[in-house]
Amino acid sequence: MSEFIQYTLQGLAAGGFYALSALGLAVIFGVLGVVNFSHGACYMLGAVISAVLLGELHVGFWVALVVVPILMFAFGVLMERLLVRWLLALDPLYNFLLTFGLTLVLVEAVKQRYGVSGLPYEVPAGLGGQVTVGSVNLSTYAIFACLFSVVVCVAVGLLLTKTRIGMIVRASTEAPERTRALGINVGRWVTPVFGFGIALAGLAGVLAAPTRAITAEMGSNFIIILFAVVVIGGLGSILGAVVAGFLVGLVEAYGIAYAPTYAQIVIFVLMALVVLVRPSGLFGREEVA
Amino acid sequence: MSDSTSTTSSVDAIAGSIATEARSRMLEVSGLSAWYGEARVLDDVSIDVAPGEVVTLVGRNGAGKTTLLRSVMGLHRQTEGTITLDGADLAKRSPDARARAGVGWVPDDRGIYSSLTVAENLLLPPVVHADAWPLEKVYEFFPVLHERREFPGTKLSGGEQQMLAMARVLRMGSRLLLLDEPSEGLAPVIVQRIGEIIREIKSHGVAVLLVEQNVKFASTVADRHYLLAQGKVVEHLGNDDFRAREGELLTYLGM
Ligand SMILES: Nc1ncnc2c1ncn2[C@@H]1O[C@H](COP(=O)(O)OP(=O)(O)OP(=O)(O)O)[C@@H](O)[C@H]1O
Ligand SMILES: [Mg+2]
Repeated sequence: MSEFIQYTLQGLAAGGFYALSALGLAVIFGVLGVVNFSHGACYMLGAVISAVLLGELHVGFWVALVVVPILMFAFGVLMERLLVRWLLALDPLYNFLLTFGLTLVLVEAVKQRYGVSGLPYEVPAGLGGQVTVGSVNLSTYAIFACLFSVVVCVAVGLLLTKTRIGMIVRASTEAPERTRALGINVGRWVTPVFGFGIALAGLAGVLAAPTRAITAEMGSNFIIILFAVVVIGGLGSILGAVVAGFLVGLVEAYGIAYAPTYAQIVIFVLMALVVLVRPSGLFGREEVA
Repeated sequence: MSDSTSTTSSVDAIAGSIATEARSRMLEVSGLSAWYGEARVLDDVSIDVAPGEVVTLVGRNGAGKTTLLRSVMGLHRQTEGTITLDGADLAKRSPDARARAGVGWVPDDRGIYSSLTVAENLLLPPVVHADAWPLEKVYEFFPVLHERREFPGTKLSGGEQQMLAMARVLRMGSRLLLLDEPSEGLAPVIVQRIGEIIREIKSHGVAVLLVEQNVKFASTVADRHYLLAQGKVVEHLGNDDFRAREGELLTYLGM
């Protein structure tokens, strides 16, 4: 039983990384119609920048938690302005290919500069060690990561549901053309939304840094699972992205614990089952013709 | 254009008499043609609507009515000809700029957001004119929207969604409403209610361009009618003529 609780916590912590990143992927897809293949690379960059800040500038985790998302926001803004924007009018496949190419460039660049062996990072002071709840020992950092992701997801949820900006994002996600015809300059929101989505991937990278091997390739597997998350949650659904993120984290953790050989497969079996029963995902809207 | 002489002269006569009455034209479309790829669906269409006037576009399925509204809104771009709003050329303006200039679109599918509540559906568009209806007035006029203000927009009935779509552009303060078949698929009492709303809108000096296939309903709310066939304006009738020829028009529309 105590092991089960530990696996659950591990799953929820990992699920937090998926949920934050999938949330970013979902808002970008919603407003721009772009499937950002480089989202895994942006998660990797978040972790790598955290490690570089610590290793070369002695800037610790707490500062990274604030600075890295800001840097990644700026990176996202540049990416949208310089590259993505020019292909928006074309078939969405072009931006998918563009961001795929960008992923290769980012991964290779990080490999060139920092090698393939992985950058060191340590659990921030105060979050090391374990907390004993009853008879169960739980990793303090995993509890923190899990709670922090939930808080950020809730904050983003409130931003989307309670503010005018959120209302515009929801409307543009649902029907961009109609939203324009109602007097909203949807284009003005495209750049900040893209930057915001990338910042969320970067934030997930910072959170993952203390517990994962920080390598150029760490985003490659991540993006594949992230696509499974998005399919399970429903493409374009914000709530779906978050719920499916945590769900996939849990399934993965139980898989690793109880059926290590099948850990990866379990996620895709879950995806297949969801798609069979509900083709538009758990929270996806049925396509309207 | 290759219309019969009688039609052309009647078009000119009515257009002339009405144009001198209403000096300023809210909407003026002239020589508008529109294409989907190679297919031409509007052919040299000229129509106008004055403030406080309700003008209908009547025509069979596929005549090009929706395309005309979408062209005015700036959503359909493959066009030639000029469209002016209150004398200002709209050609270079984006759909959102046209909406802010006073064009209010009520699409044929009503265009209600499911991810927004009823209240949010009303509050989404910016207020574009001093005569915009304040929210309290909207709720007073449409009590059902007040009752359901926290519901997701698409949880309303078809008739309520139509009210919401119309209320939305009134809250915005649009000066020209483009209504695409608002009566379609609705029960007679609700169609009647929509008629009342259109008359109320008209009394505020707003211009209404109404696409309708329901000839009876059109004749109860409109001042003038343009008959559109295969992308061309083939008739332009005052409401009295329109009523007199109702039977003929019903047959023409296949109803
Ligand atoms: N997206 C499109 N691509 C190609 N052709 C189109 C498209 N939309 C409409 N058309 C064609 O353009 C013509 C005019 O269509 P439009 O929707 O404007 O007609 P309508 O008068 O509004 O008809 P309805 O009464 O059915 O709403 C039709 O022949 C239609 O088939
Ligand atoms: Mg139509």
